[in-house]
Amino acid sequence: MLIRNLCNIALASIVLILSGCEGGVLDPKGQVGIDEKNLIIIATVLMLLVVIPVIVMTLYFSWKYKDTRTHEVYAPKWAHSNKIEAVVWAVPIIIVIILGVITWESTHRLDPYKPLDGKHITIEVVSLNWKWLFIYPEQGIATVNELVFPANVPVEYKITSESTMNSFFIPQLGSQIYSMAGMETKLHLIANEPGTFKGFSANYSGAGFSGMKFNAIATPTQADFDKWVSDVKAQKSTLTKAEYYELAKASENNPVSYYGDVEEDLFHTIIMKYMAGMSGMKDMASMKKMEHKIDKNTVQPSHIQGEE
Amino acid sequence: MPFLGNLTLDAIPFHEPIIMVTMAVIVFVGLVLFALITKYKKWGILWREWITSVDHKRLGVMYILLALIMLFRGFSDAIMMRSQLALATSGAAGYLPPEHYDQIFTAHGVIMIIFMAMPFMVGLMNIVLPLQIGARDVAFPFLNNLSFWLTASGAILINLSLVFGEFAKTGWVAYPPLSELSFSPGVGVDYYIWALQISGLGTLLTAVNFLVTVFKMRAPGMTLMKMPIFTWTCTWANILIAASFPILTAVLAMLTLDRYMDFHFFTNDGGGNAMMYINLFWAWGHPEVYILVLPAFGVFSEVISTFTSKRLFGYKSMIYASGAISILGFIVWLHHFFTMGSSANVNAFFGVMTMVIAVPTGVKLFNWLFTIYRGRLRTTVPVLWTLGFMVTFTVGGMTGVLLAIPGADYVLHNSLFLIAHFHNTIIGGAVFGYLAGFAFWFPKAMGFKLNEYWGKVSFWCWIVGFFVAFMPLYVLGFLGMTRRLNHTNNPDWNIWLYIAAVGAVIIMFGIIAQVIQLYVSFRDREALDDKTGDPWNGHTLEWATSSPPQAYNFAVIPHVDDIDAWTDMKEKGQYYQSKASYSPIHMPKNTSAGVFMGATLSVFCFAMIWHIWWLAIVGLVGAIGVFIKRCYSNDVDYYVQPEEIAKTEEAYNLSGREGVKA
Repeated sequence: MLIRNLCNIALASIVLILSGCEGGVLDPKGQVGIDEKNLIIIATVLMLLVVIPVIVMTLYFSWKYKDTRTHEVYAPKWAHSNKIEAVVWAVPIIIVIILGVITWESTHRLDPYKPLDGKHITIEVVSLNWKWLFIYPEQGIATVNELVFPANVPVEYKITSESTMNSFFIPQLGSQIYSMAGMETKLHLIANEPGTFKGFSANYSGAGFSGMKFNAIATPTQADFDKWVSDVKAQKSTLTKAEYYELAKASENNPVSYYGDVEEDLFHTIIMKYMAGMSGMKDMASMKKMEHKIDKNTVQPSHIQGEE
Repeated sequence: MPFLGNLTLDAIPFHEPIIMVTMAVIVFVGLVLFALITKYKKWGILWREWITSVDHKRLGVMYILLALIMLFRGFSDAIMMRSQLALATSGAAGYLPPEHYDQIFTAHGVIMIIFMAMPFMVGLMNIVLPLQIGARDVAFPFLNNLSFWLTASGAILINLSLVFGEFAKTGWVAYPPLSELSFSPGVGVDYYIWALQISGLGTLLTAVNFLVTVFKMRAPGMTLMKMPIFTWTCTWANILIAASFPILTAVLAMLTLDRYMDFHFFTNDGGGNAMMYINLFWAWGHPEVYILVLPAFGVFSEVISTFTSKRLFGYKSMIYASGAISILGFIVWLHHFFTMGSSANVNAFFGVMTMVIAVPTGVKLFNWLFTIYRGRLRTTVPVLWTLGFMVTFTVGGMTGVLLAIPGADYVLHNSLFLIAHFHNTIIGGAVFGYLAGFAFWFPKAMGFKLNEYWGKVSFWCWIVGFFVAFMPLYVLGFLGMTRRLNHTNNPDWNIWLYIAAVGAVIIMFGIIAQVIQLYVSFRDREALDDKTGDPWNGHTLEWATSSPPQAYNFAVIPHVDDIDAWTDMKEKGQYYQSKASYSPIHMPKNTSAGVFMGATLSVFCFAMIWHIWWLAIVGLVGAIGVFIKRCYSNDVDYYVQPEEIAKTEEAYNLSGREGVKA
């Protein structure tokens, strides 16, 4: 009965996953996501090499050596075998060595901080309570809860947070990275085809968290993107510091909005704002020193710099 | 400053019907219990024999009772979450607004891990471990009683948050800056801090207590490599507790300073760094999951070797594997946040280390398999839990290794895939293990066996319910659904959310079946009576005593020559020998110091939560006062006299165990 249940559930799951996986991480539309999906599949298949025998042996042994089957061999004192011990240690070790090599290689290849091939555009991402602000430094515009970029062009995301920790995630494009206040994290993604993908925060951040959603739109061509930029620029609203602090106030389920102009260096100001009020920095000299130190730290908060 | 600090009538959520009804039910049940105890004049017994008891077996029973009560509470939270998510699809709001829902998932996590799994584990350890090593009690019996009351105080605090104020709305990990005063100004996080702090202290004391017990109080002849496997896995778990719980204490203390005294350990401003909290939290949090699961592994080993009537295969391998898991468990914490932006080298290191843990875990599974091999497996309820575990946990282990690959974790982190994974290992690993241990050792603790039929019904509901509830979450994770969402708006997800809710209901039937099982077993306790003390033909010393054992456990401390000490004694015909004369047995006296310290510290914590400073001082001074008084008390022990031992043993031998054969 156990076997039958498990088989049915496993089968139903597989069929349904394959038929209905649209929009998830198994339906990637960008190179990073495609690589990660392949990694998941390879690792799963490798592990099934141990998992399936263990499950089958569990069910087979518990049937074969059931106490009613008295004709089977019974060896109550048999409790050690060097051969079996060697095999049961060796098999998982071999699988883990293979997986370990794959892990080491793929972790370096898929490092979210590693720029993708080709010339990228940069978008600055700020998580606010509870919405996403996207600043386009090269274009001098900003949007709330809508992210637009050209397909087939790598995008470098510089990510920070105004307040609580969130995670910037577009499942169909691949990796996610936390957004943290006073720090900048990085992520590189690309869309291999045009389309609208769902993005959201993947780290709980309070009451309005469920509404922290945005559409990530990959335009078919660079020209389409440029046209969208100029449309946004036509908006008269400017995201000044004052306007930003207004926006930063907690609000839920914000509609999409656009800013045709952004105050110079706003992103850096957001990162640095928590440093200004630090006590013990009465004189300018120590302030300068501190700022310099923090500046170095904010570039890569927890990125160990050994291999650069 | 008002007399009651921040506590006002507004703190009681009169406008929340769910909470008010729950409260009414709790008050009603409480009154009924009060009336029944009064009617049958049981207050004296309750106080003398249980509340103030330092007997490890009774404390074990109380721990498990606490765990079961908290299981109901935690499971109610689970049912509410699943029903909310099944109702709040396609843009609907459901019936639980974020304000309430966010408290529920936080409470669910905290309760299930700290107040359900931990007490269950500690309870089994309390009942079994001293018996297995042939000891008369633990090294520090009063401390053991204190540990229990500290754990219970934490549980009481959490339940008080239901009525007074709110619980944390931060998730069970309470990451800052969300858990800092600026984003969580209410008392919720304070309840979280103090409840964890006080119960964590209890857990730490338990670990120290049992480590000393194991290292100093084993029966003569029992070398470390002759210790029963459950004792071994508990010992590894206790080493983990002793090494990791201080980290939790420290990190919570820092968060407390942030919230109470304007420190800036983890705040956004003032040079704080939330990443430090996250690292420290998981430096405790990861070992914690091995603390939960290692004793369960021990239970499975005992159950399988007992019910195959066979020695455990690869005893040494098992011990080394547990040790490897314990040590490796300390160097993998970063896999909880691969997405925080660490370099590829760091992420890859922690990923590979995590996978390495799969090796000793895999070895354990094979060892259980080869214990069944050429055995005579009796498919009793504990065995069903064990087989269910072996199948379920293997799946959970696989998804765990998958999450350990940073490249895969980048897309699966914080998704429902992760939720499915850790329920797969904690339910399929730890909880199944505790339930196996519950059925296995119940006759030892209570003197009668549990009804098999309802045990089997419960098992099948649990395992089927588990797969129906959690396999859809794996799918939802792949579909890109993240955790802690209050409502969803994606038609592709709906069907899976509905199935998961059905699964939770099936698990509920499993829990109901367990309640029925307890009732039926109690009703039929005469028929299920275990007169022999050894109902399963066990291997280890706990089965050498009566069920339930005498307060002193062993009239004469046995000499141990083999890992399966009791089997060995049965084979040599050295069992159940009445002695002509006994020596007096030195035993600890019961004490009310533990319960008073628990109560005064609860008052202290509650007062701290509500900023009622005068009351906090009263509570703290009271606790210290009780402790000092206890320290200066000389009336802490007594001797059981030989005549009394002889009488007890004789009565017991007459009661029926002469008939037992090895």
